[in-house]
Amino acid sequence: MTAALDVKGLTTRFETRAGHVTAVNDVSFAVQPGRIMGLVGESGSGKSVTGFSILGLIDAPGEVTAGAVLVDGVDLRQLSTEDLRKMRGRKVAMVFQDPMMTLNPVLRVGDQMTMAVRVHQPMSKSDALQHARKALEVVGIPSPAERLKAYPHQLSGGMRQRVAIAMALLHSPSVIIADEATTALDVSIQGQILAEVRELADETGAAIVWITHDLAVVSSLADDICVMYAGRIVERGTAEQVIGGPRHPYTQGLLDSIPARHEPGRKLPQIPGSTPQLSRLPEGCPFQPRCPRATDLCRTEPPLDVRDGQAVLCHHPLEGV
Amino acid sequence: MTVPILMIDAVSKRFTRRPGLAERLAGKFTGGGKPVTVHALTDVSLEVAKGEVLGIVGESGCGKSTLGRVIAGIHAPTSGSVTLNGQQIADQRRGNIHKLTTQVQMIHQDPFASLNPRMKVGETLAEGPRYHGIIPADQVRTRIRALLEQVGLEAAYADRLPHQFSGGQRQRIAIARALAMQPEVLVLDEAVASLDVSIQAQVLNLFMDLRHDLGLTALFISHDLSVVRHVCDRVAIMYLGRLVELAPADQLYADPRHPYTRALFASIPTVGTGRGRFEAIKGEIPSPIAPPPGCAFHPRCPFAGPRCRAEVPRLTTAGPVRTVACHLNDGGVDMQKGAA
Repeated sequence: MTAALDVKGLTTRFETRAGHVTAVNDVSFAVQPGRIMGLVGESGSGKSVTGFSILGLIDAPGEVTAGAVLVDGVDLRQLSTEDLRKMRGRKVAMVFQDPMMTLNPVLRVGDQMTMAVRVHQPMSKSDALQHARKALEVVGIPSPAERLKAYPHQLSGGMRQRVAIAMALLHSPSVIIADEATTALDVSIQGQILAEVRELADETGAAIVWITHDLAVVSSLADDICVMYAGRIVERGTAEQVIGGPRHPYTQGLLDSIPARHEPGRKLPQIPGSTPQLSRLPEGCPFQPRCPRATDLCRTEPPLDVRDGQAVLCHHPLEGV
Repeated sequence: MTVPILMIDAVSKRFTRRPGLAERLAGKFTGGGKPVTVHALTDVSLEVAKGEVLGIVGESGCGKSTLGRVIAGIHAPTSGSVTLNGQQIADQRRGNIHKLTTQVQMIHQDPFASLNPRMKVGETLAEGPRYHGIIPADQVRTRIRALLEQVGLEAAYADRLPHQFSGGQRQRIAIARALAMQPEVLVLDEAVASLDVSIQAQVLNLFMDLRHDLGLTALFISHDLSVVRHVCDRVAIMYLGRLVELAPADQLYADPRHPYTRALFASIPTVGTGRGRFEAIKGEIPSPIAPPPGCAFHPRCPFAGPRCRAEVPRLTTAGPVRTVACHLNDGGVDMQKGAA
């Protein structure tokens, strides 16, 4: 089976006053149709820039300098600006953290949805409106016909995010990229939307990349997980592998710092220090100054790329599952 | 049980927005233009014992931050009273309010907004105690240095500006600033919510150490149930401005009684429970401008019956040390059939 999304060696650099900063460094992963890939990392790890890079949404001073992004076998990086625009929204869609980034505040939901439909598929306005109504139904919006007449400000935050997801679904894209799509929502609304997303992947066969800082969310939502640190994917595997038996000391550290995994009141195991600045990465492995397993080797040599099943970027990986 | 240090008695807080002239004029034609009232807190009573950490949990609009602000003396309650060591915080509008409100210190969610970017850290920490004469002037410098070390920073950081610090370090500075006032009670309003998980663990450890060393009394306001479980002795669950359940943390997590508490637990994703298990709560949080009649949770509650739609449930005991506001607990509801 060919992957719906196959990212190979994606590298994005930013030109800053402090010199070149490699925000995304040789990132590779593939997502099969109907599967959800959780892309996890802390702030500054490059997870959002990876999402933007896939869609070719990087503006100066940033630039995608290397790599391929294959969607259904077509490399987005080889396409002209015009052809790429035809792919966005039709083959690859994105959902952002703030739905007001997607929605136009002065247009009724129905108007902007029909516009989005007719950009890629020539059909009558009334047909497009029917199509939009069905998309709203799919994401669990009650009385969708009425919502089509509403302006975005008349909807709650959760409802707006559903509309944004519905718009991403309009053309049944092969790939959906969601960047912190439920982070701003209340937990009860987040739960509802995550359940819808899971169903969506299962029913429509869309490949979903779910970008988040929240390990608990990916652990219950995703089939596969990539963990990012300082611009690189440091561990990649199925959710069971990465959560159940992490191989990278950083993943282990992240999982250990979750309070729910410990007796209440006990001291939490913590990763010392803080995430490094990308312009001043340490020698060798970027995680070595914070790593309990680091040796002299880690301080001089870039980390070893182990790719047998549960891939890990480390000289001294843990056992895993 | 020990004597409560902080008593919150039937506190309600309403915010009313009066329409402007233009809106009133337009209202004459459209029928609008009337004052809008938000019921942020309704009849909340709580007691906090000395040395206790009380968690306050709820979703947006449940009033948890407003409650923290009322306790810190930032908002005066519309009705009811808050007393600290027997003295009313709310009534002290003049004179005494300074002394009392310095005894409750708040730590806010966003350490990028809560620190003055133009003030050196040392000045930020010294400003309050110096103004209120809490630390003798000649000792301020040494005290500030000791405080910085106490929160895990270097004493030399006193001469730096906030932008030189990461989010986790800034939150440590915010904690040090609160401690500099030698408060009786700390109010932490989503104090770790904006931090990355690895940094969050560091700050939680610091909080637990300080609590142990200084015997802190604290209100820990958060939407994150796993964090609350980890650091709190007792937990209050709020929904739409009301207290719906109050219990010791271990009992609450082992056996939540209110349908909302249960639903909240079920809808929170946890690490390692496996794929695709979301037992979501139906519907949306109602607007606090027009809360539903009866129990505020009834439109989303799977057990709601006629009684829930008509009558506001009172907080009743559900064990020796726990209370819950639900008709289920009142004996008036059959779990299968709903309220009679």
